[in-house]
Parts: sequence; C-alpha cells; structure tokens
Amino acid sequence: MGIVIFDGVAYGMLLFLMAVGLSITMGLMNFVNLAHGSFAVVGGYTAAVLMSQTGMGYAAALGAAFVAAALLGAVLEFVFYRRLYRAHPLDQVLLSIGMVFVSIAALTYFFGPTMLPFHLPPALQGQFSVAGMELSRYRMFLIVCGVLVLAVLLLVLGRTRYGAMVRAAVDNQRVAGGTGIHVQRLFFLTFSLGCGLAGLGGALSLGMLGLEPSFPLKYLVYFLIVVCVGGAGTITGPFIAALLVGIVDVAGKYYLPEAGAFLIYVFMIVMLLLRPNGIVPRKGLT
Amino acid sequence: MKPFVLSSAQLRAAEIAFWLVLAASYFLMPNHLTLLSQIMVFGLFAVALDMALGYAGILTVGHAAFFGAGAYTAGLLAKHGWGEPLSGLLAALAVAGMLGYALSYLVVRGADLTRLMITIGVCMLLAELVNRLSSITGGTDGLQGMEVWPVLGLFAFDLFGKTAFIYTFVMVLLMFLLVRLVLRSPFGLALRGIHDNRKRMSAIGSPVEARLRMAYAFSAAVAGVAGALLAQSTQFVGIESIGFNRSAEILIILVLGGTGRLYGGLIGAIIYMLVHDWFADLNPEYWMFWLGIFLIAVVMLGRGGVMGALARRVRLQEKAR
Repeated sequence: MGIVIFDGVAYGMLLFLMAVGLSITMGLMNFVNLAHGSFAVVGGYTAAVLMSQTGMGYAAALGAAFVAAALLGAVLEFVFYRRLYRAHPLDQVLLSIGMVFVSIAALTYFFGPTMLPFHLPPALQGQFSVAGMELSRYRMFLIVCGVLVLAVLLLVLGRTRYGAMVRAAVDNQRVAGGTGIHVQRLFFLTFSLGCGLAGLGGALSLGMLGLEPSFPLKYLVYFLIVVCVGGAGTITGPFIAALLVGIVDVAGKYYLPEAGAFLIYVFMIVMLLLRPNGIVPRKGLT
Repeated sequence: MKPFVLSSAQLRAAEIAFWLVLAASYFLMPNHLTLLSQIMVFGLFAVALDMALGYAGILTVGHAAFFGAGAYTAGLLAKHGWGEPLSGLLAALAVAGMLGYALSYLVVRGADLTRLMITIGVCMLLAELVNRLSSITGGTDGLQGMEVWPVLGLFAFDLFGKTAFIYTFVMVLLMFLLVRLVLRSPFGLALRGIHDNRKRMSAIGSPVEARLRMAYAFSAAVAGVAGALLAQSTQFVGIESIGFNRSAEILIILVLGGTGRLYGGLIGAIIYMLVHDWFADLNPEYWMFWLGIFLIAVVMLGRGGVMGALARRVRLQEKAR
C-alpha cells in the first residue's frame, strides 16, 4: 500500500511538471495547446543525447533540457501561437495537432522510433529503506524535484511583481491590459517558462516513463486530465490533480491490472461531473 | 477577379453532376473500386462530423468513437450469425446514436476545453476497451471472420468490390440526402442560429442545449453508419477505426474540404484519400510530417478549405422577389 502511494506520488510529480505550463497557458490565454507534450519530449531527448554523446552530468543535462524546451517554446510562440490567441479553438487544436505530427515525424527521422538508451547516474540508483519499505532513490528524487518546483512557482507567482501580473492577467486579461501590464510579453515569458518546465519534466521522466517520439500523443490525455480536473489557470489545482491521477493510475495498474487504463478515465469523468471547473477553480468562474 | 454567378437551378445541376461523376467513377476507375468505396465512407463520416463541429459548433476530437462503435456493431452481428447488411446498418445507427445521445449530456454542458477533454477521453476509453476485450473484438488483430449476406438477398459481395461500391454509393447518397434534409429543416436553421449567436437564440426561446444534444446524437448515428459501411464492405474491422488517430484524420479531411458546408466533408475525403493513395509508398513518418505541415499552413493561411475557396469565387444569384 505504502509503496503504491509512493510510486503514484512520484508519477504524479512528473505529470505535474509536464502539465503545469499547460495549465497556465490555458488559464492565461485560453489557448488549447495539444502540443505541450512535444516540449517534454524535446527536453527529454536533449538530456539523453547530451548525456550519451558528451558525457554531461545528469544535473547539467536537466538544466539543458529546461533551456532547450524553453527556447523552442519561445520561438514557436513568436512565430505561430501569438497569432492565434483570439482565434477559434478549432484553429488552435488544428495548429497544435499539426505540431505534434511534425515533432513525431522529425524525432523518428533523426532518432528512430524506439526509446533512447538512458542510464541513471549511480547516485540515483538503488533503494533505501524507510519504515520497513524499500523506496527507490530515483523516485524520491522525483518527488523532491516536484515539491521544489511547486514551492518556487508558488513563491514566484505569490510574492513577486511578475507573479502578481500573471495572476492579474489570468483573472481578467482586459483589465490587466488596461492597467498598463504588457500582456503579450507576459504571455511570451510565461509560455516559455511552461515549456521549459515541460522539458524538465521530460528529462526527469527518462528513467521512469521512457521517451519515444509518440510520447506527446500517448500522454496527451494525461496532461489534459490533470489540467481539466485540477482547474486551468492555477498551480495548486494541477498539483493536487496530478497526485490523484498518479496514485489512481499506479494503484489501478497494481491492484486491478485487467481494468488498466479505465480507472483513470472513469476518475476523470466523475471529477468533471462533480467539479466542472476543476478542483481549484480560478477566480471569476462560477 | 469577378465572382462567378450561379443560379439556384445551376447549383442543383452542379449537385446532381457531382453525384453522377461519383457514380461514373465505377466505370472510369474500375481497378480502384475499394479505394472509391473507402473515399465515400470517409466522406460520409466527415459530413457527420461536420454536423457536430461545423453546424452545431461542438468542438470534438473524438468522433471515431462513434465510427468505431458502428463498425464493431455491424462486425459483431455479422460474425455471430446475422449478416444481413441493411439491418446491420440500422443496428449500427441505433447503437452509435444512443451512445451519442448518452454522451451528449456530458459534452454539451461544458466549455470548449471540457468538451475537447471528454470527447478525447471517451474515444480513448473505447479504444482501450476494444483492445482489452480481445476475446470478443479481436484486439489489435482486428475483428475477423465476418460473414456478410448478399444485399437484399440478391447481390453478393464480390472479390473486386463491385457490389461493395454500389452498396456504399447508394447508402452514402441516402444518408447524405437525409443529412441535407435535416440541415435545411427548421431544426438545421436553429443549429445555424445557435452556432452564430447562442445568446440570441436562447433569448428568442430556442431550447439551445436540447438542440445541440439532438445534433450531436444525430451526428453520432451517421458516423456509426459510416463505420458499419466500412466494416461490411471490407468484411473486417481494425482497431484503428476507433482511436485518436482516426479522429484526427477525419478532422483533417473535414478541414481540408471546409467546415460548415454540406459538401466540404465529401470533397475533403476525395482529395485526402487520393493524395494518401498516391503517396502510399512513402514512409508513414514522412506522411505524418507533411500532414502536420499542412495543418499548420491551413491555420496560418486562413480557413475554409476547398469549399471556402470556392465560395469566394462563386456567388449564388439572389432570388428574384
């Protein structure tokens, strides 16, 4: 039981890292970005390639993954996303599905359709025992990373000027613009940050999920579930939702292997019926 | 460029000509009858999606759920001893329609994001269900061993797809005429009104949610018929007929043809399937790459698809009062 919750929490942390950027972009600009998983894959591939080709350490590779995904996000925001904020959601869906397809094709072309080889650094291998349970060091590391990122995000959004501007723009974009906040630049920064976090999540997930080119499609539903169930535009909502999804998914695979993935969809539908605006609805939504 | 003016009689002639050309393709391309049948099936599926997406304005990326439900209904019936094709179609229509109506309660109430979520979620849920119940559905190998009886007890399905083509053509035409009739009825006009201005429609007393639910269920039923047609004409149901990729594909077909236009789905299916067939030797990854580029280009360069471009060139003559 304890080990299932532990694994579920570690898995949930990964989902949180990869989905939190999506939550902010959806809340801030109402942009339905189905291509968010592609940034996670880009981060993961960057880290894996750097580590195997140049012998870079895991910590440095994590940083590189963040930077690579954030840069890619910045470029794509500048070229494509920026033009579609006021467009119909169908256009946004089409654009982002197109990007997913292109990313899958490009990654398959350059790296092949299978997972990249990846070895955890020795410090994260093996297990340690707490209260009679053998816990994996790597998963503990994931949990620590997730909590750290949550803390930093809460601090940045709750205590800094930038965070106050983001919160204002999420609550009411027009009024925020009227008070002199440069919403477009704000979104550019936030989008890049979200993509960078997704890349970081992708690099962290290398040892647990295994990245392959079709990852963005495979995990698309998980990201959307986390954002929808948690409440788009918030930080704590997706955090709680990601932990719940992680625990439900791992517990389902452990105790009811034949039910498999169903549990998660049933969970999603029940949650959306109970709380259509998410666990932590953002202000202004009733 | 001066717009080309078309009177309503000429428009009707163009519609009839379109279907005659489609029928004539039986003689013009006798070696590609299977492909032609598939084009018509996907055209019907795209028309069904258009009802939900283009006319009712419900953002859905999970319509393959209904296509697959119809296909598996017809397939399972034919496998377990009832291979009569027309009643198989009716059963598929009923199953997909009921599934659509049940889901419409979930789909209609939410915002766009929630709708998107639920449609994708349900589609993936059904795909997983089909995958798990491999003893019934054949799982990833697909449903094999269908025995479809001759149409009306007279015309057996042959190896060259001749019967399949004619059967598909007639059924697609009938379903299309039904959709056309529904969309031109007061109900269809109400849908158009809701799509254009939802608040005003509820202000004049139109039951917006009930209309949308009906449209979604009807669209699901037509998609189910398309799935059943594919199952019966190929005597096989693959697991890919129910997944996310099929949903995305049909969305691409519809966008290529033009959303919110009666013929958009059919035109899109013809172009998409022919291009796909020409590049069939191509590595699937390349195909995906160009598809992605195409989607991005469509969004960036303006919407409307083929029918949208046509509408800019061709004007309908104003009716004389």
